[in-house]
Amino acid sequence: MAYQKQSYGNDSSGQFPGASNQQPENRKKYCRFKKSGIKHIDYKDPKFLLKFVNEQGKILPRRLTGTSLKYQRKLSTAIKRARHLALLPFVTDSLK
Amino acid sequence: MYETTFILSPELTEDEYKSMVAKFIKILTDQQAEILNTEYWGIKKLAYPIQKRGSGYYTYIEFKSPMEAIQKVETEFGYDEKVLRYLTVSLDKHAVAYNKKRREQGFGSEKKTEATLTNA
Repeated sequence: MAYQKQSYGNDSSGQFPGASNQQPENRKKYCRFKKSGIKHIDYKDPKFLLKFVNEQGKILPRRLTGTSLKYQRKLSTAIKRARHLALLPFVTDSLK
Repeated sequence: MYETTFILSPELTEDEYKSMVAKFIKILTDQQAEILNTEYWGIKKLAYPIQKRGSGYYTYIEFKSPMEAIQKVETEFGYDEKVLRYLTVSLDKHAVAYNKKRREQGFGSEKKTEATLTNA
């Protein structure tokens, strides 16, 4: 998915400061889950989880995605369960 | 409330696959489990090879049951060598609400309900 340079306004639902952007992230990051009211992160839906994993398949840190601690823990367990069920790779070279 | 997802080896044919899933469901119902939802995701490519196989039949079962049923069905998964991988998860209230919504709207990754098993 193409990263537009200055598309991190609140309206863009899918966009968030991913790992690959270069310019320093100065705007206030927000937790996607709290804002959109998602209560449960489903491990069976790899397409959604792919947004929180970098190209090598590693989980993105909170300082980049801005998710709150509570949801980051749920997210990491969901990703690890998806990896266990081979929905997500443990390590890969070209994920996206 | 529990949900089980398991992967069967791709060598099975469609009817073998259905009969094996029926066998596991029977084990559950013998333990007074109430099956809420069964989904056959069919053959999907695995993200990494499991036991030297690149794909597998995914099945997802959501059920309400006493605790013993879980141990029974998991030992059965363990015995059967056609089962590549299984994961049983207990559901908290948010997960239950999410699954109910998911069942009604039918969203989620290429979900095939029991009725519409397409052998694509």
